[in-house]
Amino acid sequence: MTGGPPGAPRLKARDLDIGYGGETVVAGLTFEVQAGESLALVGTNGSGKSTLLKTLVGLLPPLRGDIDVLGAPPGRVPKRIGYLSQFHASGFVLPLRAIDVVRMGRFPARGLLGRMNREDDECVHEAMRAMGVEEIAGSPLRSLSGGQQQRVYIAQVLARRADLLVLDEPTAGLDAGSRERFSQAMRSELARGACLVTATHDVQEAAECDHVLLVARRVIAVGPPREVLKPENLLEAFGIVLVLRDEQLGIAVVEREHGHDAEHHHPSH
Amino acid sequence: MSVFVDPFVSNAFMLRALIAGGLVAVACAIVGTFVVLRGMAFIGDALAHGVLPGVAVSILLGVPGILGAAAGAVVMIGGISLITRRSRLPTDTAIGLLFVGMLALGVLIVSRASSFSGDLVNVLFGEILGISRRAIFIQLGATVAVALTAAVCARPFLLLSFSPEQAQAAGFSARRYHNIMLALIAVTIIVSFQTVGTLLVFGMLLAPAGAGALVARRVGSMMAWAAVFGLFSVYAGLLASYHFDVAAGSAIVLTATVIFFAVLIVTSERNRRARGKVPLP
Repeated sequence: MTGGPPGAPRLKARDLDIGYGGETVVAGLTFEVQAGESLALVGTNGSGKSTLLKTLVGLLPPLRGDIDVLGAPPGRVPKRIGYLSQFHASGFVLPLRAIDVVRMGRFPARGLLGRMNREDDECVHEAMRAMGVEEIAGSPLRSLSGGQQQRVYIAQVLARRADLLVLDEPTAGLDAGSRERFSQAMRSELARGACLVTATHDVQEAAECDHVLLVARRVIAVGPPREVLKPENLLEAFGIVLVLRDEQLGIAVVEREHGHDAEHHHPSH
Repeated sequence: MSVFVDPFVSNAFMLRALIAGGLVAVACAIVGTFVVLRGMAFIGDALAHGVLPGVAVSILLGVPGILGAAAGAVVMIGGISLITRRSRLPTDTAIGLLFVGMLALGVLIVSRASSFSGDLVNVLFGEILGISRRAIFIQLGATVAVALTAAVCARPFLLLSFSPEQAQAAGFSARRYHNIMLALIAVTIIVSFQTVGTLLVFGMLLAPAGAGALVARRVGSMMAWAAVFGLFSVYAGLLASYHFDVAAGSAIVLTATVIFFAVLIVTSERNRRARGKVPLP
C-alpha cells in the first residue's frame, strides 16, 4: 500500500513553485509528510492553499521544483488519493441520495465496469457511520442542509480508504459536533497509516496537525504547530492581532484589528 | 379506443413515425439527462442550430443530410475547442460565437438557393411522417450506441456531473469524458434532426429530462422518467397531428413542454404541502 521505499515520506516537496497558467502563486515550498502524519495549510482566501492541493492531486502541473506524491509525480496514483474539493456544482440539482454520493467514492477502485462488492458496501457504511450520516442515507442530497451535504462529501472521501487524503476546507459549514466527528474520523485515518493534507482557516484545527504550512502567496512558516502558529506569524498571514484573554485556559482569541468579534481560537503554548 | 390505436395500426407511415420518434425519445432521455445535470443546455442548443449550414450544403449537393449535419457538428465542437484553448474567454462565449456564426451561415446558404423553402422546413421541423425504413435503422443504431456508451461511461459521467475536479483527481479524465458526452449530444442531434428537426430536437433533449429531474431521486430513475415522458410525447404528438392535421414534430415537442410544466406544477404543490406539514419547533 505504500509508495516508494519503506520509511520514505508519502509527500515530499523541495523548492516547489505552484500556480496557474505559468503565473506563480507560491514559490519555494519545501516540506515532508510521513505515513500517519497530517499537514495543515493555513492562510486567507487566495493565499495559495487550494492551488497547492490541486497540484498535489495532479489537477495543476507544478511550475518548478520537485514534488513526490506517494512515490510518484502528482496525478500518477489517483486510486490511492482521496480528494475533497471546495465546490460541488450540482449539490442542489443532482437527483442522488446521500448513500449514492458516498458510493461514488468506490468508483476509482472498481473502474468503469467492475461490480461493487461486499468490501465496497462495508467501506461505504463505515464512512457514513464515521460522519454520522447513516440515518440520512436514503435522503435526497438536495433536501439536506449545507452542513449535512458537507458530511456526506467527507464520507465519500473516507469511503475511498485512500493512502493520502487531500481536503480543501473540509470543516466549512460544519457545526461543533460535526467538527468533532470529523476530527475523530481523521484520527482513525491517520492511525491506519493514511496521510492527511488539509486546507483550513481554522487555527485550532491546524494546531491538531503534525505539521503546519502558513501561506499568504508566499511561505510564512512551516513546521510543527507550536513553531508556526505564533502571533507574529498569524498577524503576517491574516493581518489581525492576537489578544490573550485567558492564560489559564490557554486560549488565544484572535480579533480583527479594529473590531471586537472573535474570529479564531487556538491553544497557546 | 380505436381513436388512440387505429392511426398506428391502419397507417404504415404512422407506425414508422411512432418507432422513429420512440427511438429519438429514448436517445434524448439518456443524453438529455446529462445535458440537464451538467448544465450543458447552451451547447446542446448551439449544436442543434449549428448543424444547419452543414445540412443546407448537403441538400444543395444532393448528399444525405446526416453527413452535412455531422460535418456541421464537427466544425462547431472544433471551433469551440479552438477558441477556449487559444484564449481565456469563457466557454459560453465561444459557444455563442459559433452558434450565431453557423446559424447565419446556414441562413445565408438557404437564401441563395431559390428552391429551398420546403427542404428548410423539413430541416427545422423534421419529417417524421415521411421517415424511411433506412432512417429508422440508422436511428436504431445510434440509439443503441448512445445507450451502450452511456452505460459504460456511467460512473465517470456521474462523477463529472458531481464535480469535474474530483472526477479528474479520481483518475477519470474530465476532458476525455466531457468530449465523449459532447459526442453523444452531437450524435443524438445529428440522427434525430430527420425525425423532429434541428429546432425541435433540442426540446426533446431538455423537456423530458427536465421533467424527470423534478420527480426522480436517482439519476437512473431520472433517465427512466425522461424516457417515459418522451415516449408519451411522441405518441400524443403523433395522435394530435393525425386527428387535428397539425405539424407532427411541433406537436411532439409541444406535448413534451406541456408535460414539463404540468410536472413542475404538481411537484411544486407537493413540495409546498410537504413544507407546510413540518411542525414548528
